[in-house]
Amino acid sequence: MELIVSLGIGVLAGSGVWLLLRPRTFQVIVGLSLLSYSVNLFIFFMGWVRGGRAPIVAPGTPGSLAGFADPLPQALVLTAIVISFATTALLLVALLAARGLTGTDHVDGREEDE
Amino acid sequence: MSAAEHLVVLPIVVPLVAAALIVLVDERRYALKAAISLASLVVLSATALALLGMGGTTRVYALGGWPAPFGIVLVADRLSVAMVLLAAVLGLAACVFSLARWHRAGPRFHALLQFLLMGLDGVFLTGDLFNLFVFFELLLAASYGLALYGGGPSRVRASLHYIVINLTASLFFLVGVSLIYGVTGTLNMADLAVRIAAIAPDDRPLVEAGAAVLAIAFLLKAGMWPLGFWLPSTYAAASAPAAAMFSILSKVGVYAVLRLWLLFFAGGDGGALLAWGGMATLAFAIAGVLAAQDLGRIAGYSLLASSGTLLAAIGVGSAAAAGAALYYLIASTLGIAALFLLIELVQRSREPGADLLAVTAEAFGVDAADEPEEETGAAIPATMALLGLSFAACALLVAGLPPLPGFVGKFALLAAVLTPAPIAAPAWALLALLMLSGLATLIAMARAGMRIFWPSEERSVPRVRVIEMAPIAALIALLLALTVAAGPAMQYLQDAAHALHAPHGYIDTVLGRR
Repeated sequence: MELIVSLGIGVLAGSGVWLLLRPRTFQVIVGLSLLSYSVNLFIFFMGWVRGGRAPIVAPGTPGSLAGFADPLPQALVLTAIVISFATTALLLVALLAARGLTGTDHVDGREEDE
Repeated sequence: MSAAEHLVVLPIVVPLVAAALIVLVDERRYALKAAISLASLVVLSATALALLGMGGTTRVYALGGWPAPFGIVLVADRLSVAMVLLAAVLGLAACVFSLARWHRAGPRFHALLQFLLMGLDGVFLTGDLFNLFVFFELLLAASYGLALYGGGPSRVRASLHYIVINLTASLFFLVGVSLIYGVTGTLNMADLAVRIAAIAPDDRPLVEAGAAVLAIAFLLKAGMWPLGFWLPSTYAAASAPAAAMFSILSKVGVYAVLRLWLLFFAGGDGGALLAWGGMATLAFAIAGVLAAQDLGRIAGYSLLASSGTLLAAIGVGSAAAAGAALYYLIASTLGIAALFLLIELVQRSREPGADLLAVTAEAFGVDAADEPEEETGAAIPATMALLGLSFAACALLVAGLPPLPGFVGKFALLAAVLTPAPIAAPAWALLALLMLSGLATLIAMARAGMRIFWPSEERSVPRVRVIEMAPIAALIALLLALTVAAGPAMQYLQDAAHALHAPHGYIDTVLGRR
C-alpha cells in the first residue's frame, strides 16, 4: 500500500515538474495543478498510516493515535486545497491577460525565434 | 483579558475589516475608499507604536482561547512589533503616494493594499507554522494583484513569472511543513523548538530535510542566489506604490529564516550555507546593479543586495551581527521604498509622451475624457531640485554612505563581524563584498542621476504634486531620524536579536511555563 501511494505521488509530482518546465502557459498551469495534487496527497498521507480508519475516536476506545487516523493533516489539506484552488484561478486570469496582451501563449510573451 | 492584551490581534483584524469595507464600496468612490484605507493605516501605526511603547515583553494572544500547544497563538515579541511598525509605515507612504493618481488606475488598489498588510502582519505575529503558510499565501495573493495592478503587457508578463514561481514555492512550503509535522506531531513554533531538540537521532534527517525544503520557499522570497532571478524584472515592472510595498516582501523571507532557523536549530548547521548564499546574492546583485540600464532595475538589484547582506549577516551567527542586520533591514527597506516611489516621478520627465497612465487607461478601456485632470493640486516650485535632493539621499542610503542609516547599519554589521580576534574567511569576504556593493551602487546611481538631472537636451520638468512628494520626504526624514536615534534603535534591535539567539524565553512564554 505504501509503495502504491508513494509511486502515485511520485508520478503526479514528476509529471507536474515536467509540465511546469514547458514553454506554453497552459502546460504550466496543468503542471502546477498536478504538482499541487501530489503535494495535497503528500500532506494527507502524513497523517494516514492505516487504511480505513476514520479520524474520529469511537466511544469507549482509548484516545491514542494507534486506533484512528490523525485528523490534523486532513484539516491542513483542506486549507491547502482551497488556497491552491484560489491561486490557480488567479493565475488563470494572468494567463488570459498575457495571451490577450502579447498575442502568444509562450510564457515569456514572445516566441523563441523572434 | 484587558483591552491592552487585545492590541496584539489588531494589526490583523483592522486591515481585514478595512479591506472588506472597501470591497463593499462602489468602485468609483475613490475618496471614501482612500479614507477607509488611510484610517486603517493610522490605526495600524498607532497600534504598533503602542505595542512598541509597552516595552520588550513577549505577548502571547491565544486566538481561540486554547493554551499554546493545542490552540493557535499570536506572539508579539520585539522583532514582530518592529516589523509590524515597519509594514504600517510603508503602507502609509504607499497609500498617500497612490492618492495622487495611482489609486484611480484600477478599481481595487486600497483593498489589495489592506489585504497585503493583513498578510504581512499575520506573518510577523503568528506563532504557528501552518498559519505562517496561510498568511504567506494571503500576502502573496494580494501581491499578485498589486503586481498586475495598472495592467499593460510588461506588467502582465512579469507577473506571470512571479505568480508561477511563487506558487511553486508555496508547494515547497507545504511539503516542508507536512514533513516537519509528520515527524514531530506539532505545528506550534515554540512546541516545535522543544520537540526538535529532543528528537530521536533516526528521525533527525527527516526533520532537517523538511526544514531545508521549507527554507527554499523562504529563500526564494528573499531572492537568494540562484533563486532570485525573477525579482528585479517583477519589481521594476510593478506600479510605484506597489513596488514600494514589495520592498518589504523580500524581507519577509529574511524574517522567516531568521526566526525559524534560530528557533528550531538554535543557529546550528546551515549558518555557513546562509553566509555563502548571501554573499553569492551580493555578488550577483553587484553585477546586476552595474549592468542595469534603467532605474527600476537598479532599485531591484539594490534590493537583492540588501537581501544578500542580511542573509550573510544572519549566517555569521552572532547575536550582535543579527542586531545590526535588523537595523540595516529597516533602513534599507525604507530607503528602497522611497527610491521606488521616486523613480516613478523621475521617469515621468524622461518619457513625456509615453505616460504610464495612458497605458493603464487603454488597458482598462477607460475613455481618454475620463482621465483625472492633472492640473489640479499644487505643483511644487523647484521640482527638479527637490527630486534631485531626494534622489541623492536615496543613493547615499542604498550605497550605505554617511549620514544616512544605511551607513550606520553596515558599519555596525562589519564591527560585529570583525570583532573576534581571529577573523574567519567568510568575514573577510563579506567585508570586501559589502564595500564593493556600496561602490557599485554608488556608480550606478551616479550614472543614472547624471543622465536624468544633467540633461543635455531639452526636457520637460515633471509635474509633481505635493501629495506625491510628501511620502518620499517623510520616508527620508524618518531615515534621518533613525540616524539621529541610532543609539536607542540599535539597542532595541540588539535586544531583539539576543532574544532570538536565546529562544528559551520565547518558548517558555508561549508554552506558559514562566
